[in-house]
Amino acid sequence: MPTTDELKLRIETAIPGASAQVIDLTGGGDHFRASVVAPEFADMSRIEQHRRVYAVFGPDIGGPIHALSLETRAE
Amino acid sequence: MSETTENPIREAIAEAIRDHEVILFMKGTPERPACGFSARTVAALEATQAPFAAVDILPDPRIRQELSALSNWPTIPQLFVKGELVGGCDIVTEMYESGELAEVLGVEPPANAPDEAPKAAEPGAPPLQIDNNLVDRS
Repeated sequence: MPTTDELKLRIETAIPGASAQVIDLTGGGDHFRASVVAPEFADMSRIEQHRRVYAVFGPDIGGPIHALSLETRAE
Repeated sequence: MSETTENPIREAIAEAIRDHEVILFMKGTPERPACGFSARTVAALEATQAPFAAVDILPDPRIRQELSALSNWPTIPQLFVKGELVGGCDIVTEMYESGELAEVLGVEPPANAPDEAPKAAEPGAPPLQIDNNLVDRS
C-alpha cells in the first residue's frame, strides 16, 4: 500500500527541484492529495503540470493509487 | 496512421467530444454521481448554470481505458470544452473559484453563485452533512 512518504519521495525524485506535500485523504492508503511546487511548472499550463505529476506514477494511478488530487505551482 | 479505425469505442468517444461543446466524462450521472470527485465537478458546473452533456464511464471499463488513452489524462472526471480537455476535478474547482470556468464555458455566472466551489464529499468521506440552519450562528 503506498504511503504519503513514498508518494512525496517519488515526486521529488522524478521532478527536479520539486517539493511535495502529500496527505492521505481518507486514511485508507489509496486516496491522496499532493501539493507540488516545481520550477519547471513555470513554462507549463495547468493541464501539463498535472500530467507531469500523474506521469510520475504511470499505471499506479487507477491501480494502487485510486485517486490523486493535485495542486501545482511554479514557486 | 490510418483514418479508418478498428476501435469503435475510442471513435464513439471522439465523436461525443466533437459533437458536444461541453461534455463531462464521470463516474455515475449528474443526478447520482458515484464518486466524490465527479460529484464536486458536477456541482461546480451546475453552479455556473452552463448546459453540459455527461457520460457515465462505469458501465464498461473500456470507456475509461480508451478515454484516458485519447486524452492522455489518467483520472476521472474529465471535462472537455469545444473539443479540448479542460481538466479534472481539481482544475475545474480552481477555475470555478477564479471565475475562469464561467469564462471558458461562455456564460455569465449567476449573481447568487457561491464564491467557493460547492462542496461535495471527499471520496470515502461520510455521507454529506446537512447544515442545521435552525441553529443560531450569530
